[in-house]
Amino acid sequence: METKSTLRNLVGIVVGMFAFGWLLVPMYDVFCEITGLNGKVTGPSFLSEESKAITEQRELLVQFMTHNNESMPWFFDSEKSQMRVLTGNQYEATFVFHNTTSKEMVGQVIPSVSPGRGAEYFHKTECFCFEQQVLAAGERIELPVRFIIDPALPKEIGSLSLGYTLFDITDRVKSENKLANL
Amino acid sequence: MSTVVETHDHGHHGPAKGLSRWLFTTNHKDIGTLYLWFSFIMLFTGGAMAMVIRAELFQPGLQIVQPEFFNQMTTNHGLIMVFGVIMPAFVGLANWMLPIQIGAPDMALPRLNNLSFWLLPMAFGILISTLFMPEGGPNFGWTFYAPLSTTYAPSTVNFFIFSVHVMGVSSILGSINIITTIFNMRAPGMTLMKMPLFVWSWLITAYLLIAVMPVLAGVVTMMLMDINFGTSFFNAAGGGDPVLFQHVFWFFGHPEVYIMILPAFGVVSHIIETFSRKPIFGYESMVYAMASIAILSFVVWAHHMFTVGMPLAGELFFMYSTMLIAIPTGVKVFNWVATMFRGSITFETPMLFSIAFVALFTIGGFSGLMLAIVPADFQYHDTYFVVAHFHYVLVPGALFGIIAATYYWLPKWTGNMYDETLGKLHFWLTFISVNITFFPMHFVGLAGMPRRYPDYALQFADFNAIISVGAFMFGLTQLLFLFIVIKTIRGGKQASPEVWEGAGELGLEWTLSSPAPYHSFSIPPQVK
Amino acid sequence: MSYIKKVLTKLIFVMPLLVSAAVFAESSDYNMSVGVTEVSKSIFELHMVIFWICVAIGVIVFSIMFWSLWKYRKSKGAVAADFDDNFWLEIGWTVAATLVLVWMAVPSTQVMVEAYDDAEGEINILITGHQWKWHYEYLEDEVGFFSNLSTSQEQIDGEVPKGEFYLREVDEPLVIPTNTRVRFLITGNDVIHSWWVPDFAVKQDAIPGFINTAWTNVPEPGIYRGACTELCGIKHAFMPVVVRVVEREEYDDFIAQKVTLAEAERLLTSKNWTKEELMERGEQFYNTNCAACHQANGAGIPPVFPALVGSQVVMSDSAKQIEILMEGVQGSAMAAFGDSYSEIDIAAVITYTRQAWSNGDNGDGVIVTPKDIVDYKNKIDL
Repeated sequence: METKSTLRNLVGIVVGMFAFGWLLVPMYDVFCEITGLNGKVTGPSFLSEESKAITEQRELLVQFMTHNNESMPWFFDSEKSQMRVLTGNQYEATFVFHNTTSKEMVGQVIPSVSPGRGAEYFHKTECFCFEQQVLAAGERIELPVRFIIDPALPKEIGSLSLGYTLFDITDRVKSENKLANL
Repeated sequence: MSTVVETHDHGHHGPAKGLSRWLFTTNHKDIGTLYLWFSFIMLFTGGAMAMVIRAELFQPGLQIVQPEFFNQMTTNHGLIMVFGVIMPAFVGLANWMLPIQIGAPDMALPRLNNLSFWLLPMAFGILISTLFMPEGGPNFGWTFYAPLSTTYAPSTVNFFIFSVHVMGVSSILGSINIITTIFNMRAPGMTLMKMPLFVWSWLITAYLLIAVMPVLAGVVTMMLMDINFGTSFFNAAGGGDPVLFQHVFWFFGHPEVYIMILPAFGVVSHIIETFSRKPIFGYESMVYAMASIAILSFVVWAHHMFTVGMPLAGELFFMYSTMLIAIPTGVKVFNWVATMFRGSITFETPMLFSIAFVALFTIGGFSGLMLAIVPADFQYHDTYFVVAHFHYVLVPGALFGIIAATYYWLPKWTGNMYDETLGKLHFWLTFISVNITFFPMHFVGLAGMPRRYPDYALQFADFNAIISVGAFMFGLTQLLFLFIVIKTIRGGKQASPEVWEGAGELGLEWTLSSPAPYHSFSIPPQVK
Repeated sequence: MSYIKKVLTKLIFVMPLLVSAAVFAESSDYNMSVGVTEVSKSIFELHMVIFWICVAIGVIVFSIMFWSLWKYRKSKGAVAADFDDNFWLEIGWTVAATLVLVWMAVPSTQVMVEAYDDAEGEINILITGHQWKWHYEYLEDEVGFFSNLSTSQEQIDGEVPKGEFYLREVDEPLVIPTNTRVRFLITGNDVIHSWWVPDFAVKQDAIPGFINTAWTNVPEPGIYRGACTELCGIKHAFMPVVVRVVEREEYDDFIAQKVTLAEAERLLTSKNWTKEELMERGEQFYNTNCAACHQANGAGIPPVFPALVGSQVVMSDSAKQIEILMEGVQGSAMAAFGDSYSEIDIAAVITYTRQAWSNGDNGDGVIVTPKDIVDYKNKIDL
């Protein structure tokens, strides 16, 4: 009957669009990685062969900002708030973390590069933001970020700002561990 | 409500008596009536919330409600008007008119139709009950951005999410029913390009609904998971992104606003054609225009997000695609005017509302075009300029379409003519108050008043007072509309089958008696 | 009857447009502000151009429509024609509409490119949206401060008359120099906020975990007022933006002052504070940062915002009170104040609450000094 096939098609569209809604999540991540749309920089990244071939270097300003989300009580700061760097060279910046509370806590640093389209040129070869940080009560550590600015960085971008937001994920980790130990 | 008319010889019984009739009916006319009454009740509910908002905003300072409650009022006013008034009213009109207009005896799936309706009182019962819970109802805007609606929401947000899911199911089932009916149950001779424009508008709207309501379901499920199951779709701490919420929401949200206006386009085409006594100008273009609007509506969503930090290329793309939608919309306005041009026009109430629709919706379209211009939008975004725009397209837009349709088809539904003098009074009072209420919002928005503010700086006071007065006038006037509708149901001048002069040629509904028989077109008509 | 209709409709549709168009040009009660930067002026001009194009299209379409409604009234004997299409006319107006839109898109793109400049800033300021205040940090100079609404609750509640800058004034405005390219880096601390200054035409959302950029270059000194433009909770309307633009010299002085103050705070931490000094400082801090929830009289709004008057912790457990202030309370709205405020402020507000209202008479009256807070931070440093 006609109606049955129409119904099948329509229900198919509904199910398909529901799936599409969920697909938008990974699609968004991929799109952001490619375009640097939201300044998100995920894992360690390195210069491509083409970029390595560029010998011309330019100077630019790299700024570091730290921010504690909500009321994350740790002391979190960069030793230097900015550096003048040359594209293509590797640099290191140090950050201090101090858990000033009486309990062990877990923190996660989320990076954001501004302008967003500069994100793909900001290669972090080593960063504390790749992992969770566990600090015991009162513990204080210093951690580095090692980075190279891609020589292919467009001329219009005059400076790059790397903002780090520190989140308290102690509860989230605790519940994940509880689940894992079941 | 349709009265029972036994005009056929199959020996069918009339409708059941009493409450059972309404609970268990599978008759498209009854279900249409249920949707329309539900929507009317919701109009006054959401309208009462608007009155609370405008009472608080009448003067600077916090006099009547605290911000906690004000935010619940703005949120629920929006949710109720969008999901509880405009959408159900158009579904009610669809239920009543689509089978008749295509010469079918009923909808394709009558029992599913009943379920689609009864899900709505359930969904809104849940939503409105949250206002009475200790933590209060949803307070994060009808657009419920994360993380305000996830991490920072009251625990009643879970009821809100459930309620949205139920509304979504209702819409999806209803749309499946509508498409199936239109494709499979047209009378012989009614090709697609002979279908009435209201039928076309609903065919297109129903496709939009089944495409985007599942996406809404997805996004509220993601919210539910972030809130209760520790996921991080919209939480940066876990690697997610609050802006992802906005992208997925508006991917639903933009087609949603076209869902709310397309059926009005269909209705207004019918009414202007009838009262100009001239066929609608450019029937094919009207169909293609509605289809283009629907397709384009999928690629404009981020014009709601111009200040979110998108790269230049993205902002420009969405500016261009949004400006593009103005073209098919403009074509429709030109065609309505061309229908009036060299017609033979009379100004009954449905026509008055339709003329006002064309003019005022166009004004809403102009402010929409201004909003599309990205750099200018930096100054308009999240101000009352936006509030003015969407109220112009939704109130003198969609709502006037619904009111016009009600006056137009009420004689067919009840068999009685409504009181024309009262109808005109209703029109003029509504028209004047709508403009007093919403036109000054352009000014305060441009002057810098943000939206969702329970209190404001002194320079916005005068216009806010005017707006509030207009709003109260508008609200009270709709009580007159209620009176007119009830009066017409109870009696009035007997309506002929044709009702409106010359309408007999314009649609199958005007070949039926007034009121239309409980079962119509059990034998399909021949369409030439 | 229909003639009156025609006149009335013309009056009601067309007049408002014309009147408002006439008034529009310069009045700031009706129209967008021209602003003081090149970008804001370009945007204003673009806005007016688009507006006038819309008015022109509206006048044309509405004239034809209202003329038709009047001329083709059945009551005056009009007989309907029977045409229902005209291929070339439809093509014509579709093409015309497209051309008008392209014509609008060109200047729009130009202004957009102008606004979207990514060049380096001479001064960089990190702006963080909090519930419900802004935080400004000058990155080069490493000084920062909160900017809170300074309009009193009495004005909001209507107990005293409202001041001229009702809801548009703050205790600490952002200060920037004239003729300097200032780059704003904008983020959110909790929910999404949005930072808007109409006179600069700068508006960017403040999103937790992400940094957005904007820039401005203001040639004219003055005070410019803006607002938070993204729903962020109950005090969304109560966290205005105020920017004071001053000549370069005055700006340098301002920064120098802030640096000195910060240094002085650090020194002050180790001095011996008297109870009265702590109380005075603490009361001010309390009214700015605590009274919104715990109320000026300490009664709170239980159960969500506990009362401090008669509270067991406030009256007899100063160690616990320090911990609450420093680390917040899990699962509640009580934030950790330790990372945002100085040891002096924390000590002062704790001391104040322990002495204020009836707590002074009924509680243990323990005084907490800035040194105690420093010790707290270090004592647990194993």
